[in-house]
Amino acid sequence: MAQHSDHAAPAAAAHDAAAHAHHPTAKTYLIVGVILTAITVLEVWAYYIPSFVASRAFVPLLLIMSAVKFATVVLFYMHLKYDHKIFRALFAGPFVIAATTLIILLFLFGKMALRLGLLT
Amino acid sequence: MTSAPQSDVAGHHYTSTGLDSRKVGIWAFIGSECMLFISLISTYLIYKGRSVVGPYPHETWTNPQTGQSYNAILNIPVTSASTFFLLMSSLAMVLAHNAVVNKRLPKRTTGERVLGSSKLWLWMVIVLGLGFLMFQAYEFTSFVHEGLTIRTNLFGSTFFTLTGFHGAHVTAGVIWLCMLLAIDYRRGLMPEDALNVDLAALYWHFVDVVWIAIFTLVYLIQ
Repeated sequence: MAQHSDHAAPAAAAHDAAAHAHHPTAKTYLIVGVILTAITVLEVWAYYIPSFVASRAFVPLLLIMSAVKFATVVLFYMHLKYDHKIFRALFAGPFVIAATTLIILLFLFGKMALRLGLLT
Repeated sequence: MTSAPQSDVAGHHYTSTGLDSRKVGIWAFIGSECMLFISLISTYLIYKGRSVVGPYPHETWTNPQTGQSYNAILNIPVTSASTFFLLMSSLAMVLAHNAVVNKRLPKRTTGERVLGSSKLWLWMVIVLGLGFLMFQAYEFTSFVHEGLTIRTNLFGSTFFTLTGFHGAHVTAGVIWLCMLLAIDYRRGLMPEDALNVDLAALYWHFVDVVWIAIFTLVYLIQ
């Protein structure tokens, strides 16, 4: 066990160095910030168009824009794109379980079923 | 028997996976927080539109007993501004982390000196975080004055619980960042401290992504 740990430290140091080498630059962070702001402006702008709010595309489009923002922050600002896959699993695992439970609950309580026309 | 514990290697706490245990810990914590917030969002969405009495989030309501009418209670311009504050605080946070990682690199231009100032960016995150909290305090106060409390209806209960929990997390994040800033003033944050800043940054970005979801699901979708 101790011998195993002996090998872990240099490997980890190498991983840290590799992870830092692949981290984005300040310029990338600024570009991501501009993209996030632009998507937020688009979301709020869409909210103030009554005909668009009434259309069927409104909710899916807002959810897509929100998901893009969510993924951008997680991948670039939280460095999940560059970090070890264990971190990805630690985040994605609980997230997928909870999100699946949310969708099941929305079906169970009729919210999504009504929206999709499965219930009358 | 090994001669030195693994935590002695450059101050890191390595595990058999080869990863720092503090970073594994913060990601496991963030995973559990994901489940907490999704459960709160689920509760909000399930009870959405089931309030017997107003005020309502997006519709006007007239109290049949008193005849008093209430406007839609959510204030989108104010919340959009607070969302912008939180997004920009996330940008400032990555720049603070970047500044700590590159602390020893020479800074020749003014731009490099600005980007390399960890104190400046930590201050920015704290100020923007406090700005977000002030927006939330203003929103909560105006809701109470307009007749919506945590006990008024299902919308009030789920809304205040969800956004209140998020606000408490932002407050904890601001306190954590204030401690990092104090360390920076006391002895200076160096590249060896990058992991400590990274842990705070991961927590802060998580608080930001939770708000991204809340902003769309609670405020924008009617």
